[in-house]
Amino acid sequence: MTDLTKMTLSDALDGLEAKTFSSVEITEAFISAIEGANSSLNAYVVQTPEKALEMAKASDERRARGEAGILDGAPLGIKDLFCTEGVRTTACSHILGEFTPTYESTVTANLWREGAVMLGKLNMDEFAMGSSNETSYYGNVVNPWRRNGGNAELTPGGSSGGSASAVAADLCLAATASDTGGSIRQPAAFTGTVGIKPTYGRASRYGMVAFASSLDQAGPIAKSVKDAAIMLNVMCSHDNKDSTSLNAEQPDWTKSVGKPVKGMKIGIPKEYRVDGMPEDIEKLWQQGIDWLKAAGCEIVDVSLPHTKYALPAYYIVAPAEASSNLARYDGMRYGVRQDGQDLNDVYSNTRAQGFGAEVRRRLMIGTYVLSAGYYDAYYLKAQKVRTKILQDFQTVFEEVDALLTPTCPSAAFALGERHDDPIAMYLNDVFTVTANLAGLPGISVPVSLDNNGLPLGLQVIGKALDEASCFQVAAELETASGFSSKPSAWWG
Amino acid sequence: MSVTNEDVKKVARLARIALPEDQVEPMTNELNGILNWIEQLGEVNVDGVEAMTSVVEASLPMREDVITDGNRQDEVLANAPRTEDGFFVVPKAVE
Repeated sequence: MTDLTKMTLSDALDGLEAKTFSSVEITEAFISAIEGANSSLNAYVVQTPEKALEMAKASDERRARGEAGILDGAPLGIKDLFCTEGVRTTACSHILGEFTPTYESTVTANLWREGAVMLGKLNMDEFAMGSSNETSYYGNVVNPWRRNGGNAELTPGGSSGGSASAVAADLCLAATASDTGGSIRQPAAFTGTVGIKPTYGRASRYGMVAFASSLDQAGPIAKSVKDAAIMLNVMCSHDNKDSTSLNAEQPDWTKSVGKPVKGMKIGIPKEYRVDGMPEDIEKLWQQGIDWLKAAGCEIVDVSLPHTKYALPAYYIVAPAEASSNLARYDGMRYGVRQDGQDLNDVYSNTRAQGFGAEVRRRLMIGTYVLSAGYYDAYYLKAQKVRTKILQDFQTVFEEVDALLTPTCPSAAFALGERHDDPIAMYLNDVFTVTANLAGLPGISVPVSLDNNGLPLGLQVIGKALDEASCFQVAAELETASGFSSKPSAWWG
Repeated sequence: MSVTNEDVKKVARLARIALPEDQVEPMTNELNGILNWIEQLGEVNVDGVEAMTSVVEASLPMREDVITDGNRQDEVLANAPRTEDGFFVVPKAVE
C-alpha cells in the first residue's frame, strides 16, 4: 500500500469511503510518523494516540453502518489555541500550566461532529504572538524545508508554525490554525502549504484562546486548495456563543475549486511592491499575473494608499486588545500561581513568570496605549486608520473581483535570525495584516521555489464573504504552477 | 512623544507584570522603538472618519434574559491552583 500519510485529505476521504483502508490504518500510520519526526520538528506539543485510535475505531464503525460524516476517519492536528475537552490546552504559554478544558471550542466540535480524528495539539507562538514560532514555551518548531545544500534550521513561520510544519511533513492530513495578523498565511507560505483566513465572523471564536478579539479568525492549513475548502466548509458555522459570529449564507467552497476564472478582474496593488523585496518575490508575483492572464483574467493595476499604515495600526490594536484579554491570567482560577507578599505581588509575579518576553512586551504596549490620556491618540486613532484601510479595499473592489499579492516579503528565514529587532520580525506580516484589519478573506497558495529551493506563496484577497473567489483564483494558480514539491524527509 | 523609565514602571504596575530594576531600561528602549515607529499614523488625516467596528454590517444579537447555563461548580473549579469546599482559595485581599 502507498504511504497513507502522503495523501491529500480529499484522496484520503475517497479511500476511506471506498474502504481501500480504514481510519484505524491511516491513524496508525500518522501516529508512527509523528513518533519518528516530532523530536526533530517539535510540531506537536501534545500527542493523543490513544484518543486518536479510539476515535478512528468509532469512525470505522460509523462508516460500516453507513453514517459517515464529511471528515469521517480523517486524522487532523489541532492548533493549541483551540480548547479541546480533556486535552491540555495552553496556547503554548507557561501561565496556563496544565490547563485542561472542560469544554470544546466550536471549531473543533464542528470537526468531531463530522467524524474527524484528533492526533494531538500543535505548537504555536505563545498566545499566537509571533511570526517564527520562537515564542512558544515548548520551544520552536522546525520547518521541514531546508535551503539547497544547507542544513541550517529554518522557521516554519508563525504563529501557526506547528500546524504548517505538521501538514508539510505529512504528520496530519490537515490542521486547524488561526490568523490575527497573518498567522495562517505566512506559515503556509513558508512551508509550501495552503492556508486561508476567512472573513471575520465566519468561524466562531468560542473556545479559541483570545489574543486580539477584533482580528482573531480561525482557518485551516492544508495540502491543497481543495483540502482547504473541505476543512473550511466544516470549521465555519453560525454560533450563538460568539456574538461576532456572522449569520450569513455559507456556500460549498469545494465547488469554487476548478471553476474557470475567465473574465475575472484581478487587482494588483502597487503599494505591495516594497523596497528591498527580493527579486524572487517580484518574479513570482509577475508569474502569477501571467498565469491568471493566460487563464483569461483581466489584470487591473490598483492602489491601496493606506497600506503602509496597516502594520503600525495593527501594533496598537492587537496589543491593546491583548492587554485587555490577557488580564484574566491572574493565577486565581486556573493556570500557574506564583507566591508574593500581598495580592498585587502575587498577580505581578504570576504574570512576570508566566508570560514570555514577547507577550510581556506586547502587554506593556497595550497597557500604555490604553492608559489614561492616550486612548484617543492611539487606540481610537488606529481604529479610524483601520476604517481608511477598509475604505481603500472597498473602493478597489468596486472595480475588481479579487487582489493578487505575494504572501510574504521573503522565504523562510533561519531560526534566531530576527531576534534582535522586534520591528524586523513584525514586517513579516506586511502583506497579510491588511486583510485582518479590514476583516477580509485571504488565502495563501504555494506556487514555486526560490533559488535556495524554498517554497514561496501568493496571496489572493477577496471581498467580504467572498471566500469563493479566493478559492477559485487560488485553485487556478495551483493548477497553472503545477506546484508539487515536498521537503525531503531528513527528519527520519 | 517618548516614554521614560518612570512611565515604564507605571505601565508595568498597571499591567500587573513585575519588572525587575535591571529590566526597566531595556524595556523603555524597546517600547520607544516600537512607539516611534507607530507615530507615523500621525500622518493620516482621520477627520470625520468613524472608528472601524466590523467589515460586514451586523448588529449585536439579542436573546431572552433567562438562565441558560450553570450548575457546573466542579467544571469551573477543575483547573484552579487551589480550592477548598467548592471555593477558589485566593490570597488574603482585605485586612
